[in-house]
Amino acid sequence: MGKTIVQKILARASGVAEVNVGDILEPAVDLAMSHENAALVINQFLEIFKGTGLEPKVWNPSKIAIIFDHRVPAESSKTATNQKKVREFVAQQGITKFHDIRGDEMGICHQILPENGYVRPGYLVVGTDSHTTSHGALGAFSFGIGATEMASVWTLGRILNVQVPETIKIVVNGKLQDFVEPKDLILYIVGLLGAEGANYKVIEFHGETIRTMNTSGRLTLCNMTVEAGATSGIVPPDDETIRYLRQVAGVQDEIEMVTPDPDAQYCQEITIDASKLEPQVACPHTVDNVKPISEVEGIKINQIVLGSCTNGRLEDLETAYNILKGKKIARGVRMLVFPASGRIYREAAKRGYLLGLMEAGAVVVNPGCGPCLGVHQGALGDGEVALSTTNRNFKGRMGNPNSEVYLCSPSVAAASALTGVITDPRKGG
Amino acid sequence: MGKVIYVLGDDISTDIIYPGRYMATVLPTETPKYVFNDIKELHQMLVENKFNPGDFIVAGKNFGCGSSREQAVSTLRGYDIKIIAKDFARIFLQNSINLGLPTYICPEIEASVGDELEIVGDKVINHTTGKEFKLIPHHKSRQAIIDAGGLIPYTRKKLLEERKQ
Ligand code: SF4
Repeated sequence: MGKTIVQKILARASGVAEVNVGDILEPAVDLAMSHENAALVINQFLEIFKGTGLEPKVWNPSKIAIIFDHRVPAESSKTATNQKKVREFVAQQGITKFHDIRGDEMGICHQILPENGYVRPGYLVVGTDSHTTSHGALGAFSFGIGATEMASVWTLGRILNVQVPETIKIVVNGKLQDFVEPKDLILYIVGLLGAEGANYKVIEFHGETIRTMNTSGRLTLCNMTVEAGATSGIVPPDDETIRYLRQVAGVQDEIEMVTPDPDAQYCQEITIDASKLEPQVACPHTVDNVKPISEVEGIKINQIVLGSCTNGRLEDLETAYNILKGKKIARGVRMLVFPASGRIYREAAKRGYLLGLMEAGAVVVNPGCGPCLGVHQGALGDGEVALSTTNRNFKGRMGNPNSEVYLCSPSVAAASALTGVITDPRKGG
Repeated sequence: MGKVIYVLGDDISTDIIYPGRYMATVLPTETPKYVFNDIKELHQMLVENKFNPGDFIVAGKNFGCGSSREQAVSTLRGYDIKIIAKDFARIFLQNSINLGLPTYICPEIEASVGDELEIVGDKVINHTTGKEFKLIPHHKSRQAIIDAGGLIPYTRKKLLEERKQ
């Protein structure tokens, strides 16, 4: 019987010939990622060693990545102290894949991992962040776990009691219309499946639209599979994956390709015609409350947010720049831009995107998670409405339970910045 | 036996259980004070101790969806309270198993505030309405972690076994 890509990865990582849905495994981890919540992981890690008489040592410091992104530069003394503790631990354990608050190497974890070549096809990746699903874009099986589970991985190098998941196959064909983006596709899929439609399952992406999509777009897709409850999203690796890893991530060593069998077993198959898709918007307060833009046009916005691990990449900034250059953002709406990494920030600066966005009236903040999770920058006032390219619009997500967040693509965000109301970018001038 | 102190709907996210703005607080001893901070009534009931040990919170589908933050579990773990939901989001359920938060999956549950519930074997009995609802048992791989007292002792045991060899 044919195997899905995730079954193949889990079999390899568990040292067995083949695995079936429902099997319980203890696969070896190729990369274990954490961000500021490493502070909690360290606490739990030390707890595991308590009373054992053993010296607390991580299983393999070169397979651990720690990236400061959620609250950078620190918004409070508490965060700063946590970050200090993590820095000390990193030095003491010899962890090499550490990205501190520095313009040359900082960024959101889900951008830092791909752009540095830390993730490869066939890898088993875990991260203490629910959007670790992103890295399936490179053909890895990558999923989010909690801090205690990560402490266990740091100790043993394996993830305990993993159940082989079922896989949903989504086949997307057809060319996306102008101003319709991978973000619109994934919003549509989340709306279609519902917030828990893929709970405990993996989504494998196939079809012409995916094959011709670049890695940035695939990262956006896989990033938001968790909003349908999926354990992960995954794109079978292909020439584009190799191009990205060689040209963007600078990978020089051999790249192994793991792909699904043509007769692999799926629990569900969905076919989507991308050419019919119009821009999509997720309405408050759930991500699966998705509507085509024609139903929400004209809603007044107070704050536009462009950035995040979903849509803070160079292509996204370019899209917004092309819509906004030489124009002015409407009075009464403020626009915050936060590039996903220092590298993107620098490149966008070189290409003049940041200058163009600022001249249009946007505020460019430093790379990181910024306003996305409502702890740091760009909180909303009571009764205010945000339109954001991020991935979550839960009540209180942007720091205020008495506000609303709509989610959209960079094109919709930029077109709406010009008018101050939700605007269809296809109708722009 | 315990009383239902609050009934929640579907898709209660970890942003509701433990808002992101308190994420700089990580230690399990410190997180309980922010529990359900944006649902004032429930928040006050818990932090002001206006419930009896073993009481219940009942929720709909997909409880704990969203962020992987473990604070959403450790905050609830600070109270002697049981969570019954129609089902749970994957990471939240795993975190609750790992930290020993009592969670019960009950797809058909019907209960209102004030109802007296009892868990007997693989059933929930609602003594107020006289109805019974089946519980879905945790998978045996998860049960092994619960039986070990959580993921920390479970991992510690494996660590010691490995280092002995
Ligand atoms: S940008 Fe937002 S969703 Fe992405 S990792 Fe940061 S906080 Fe999470």
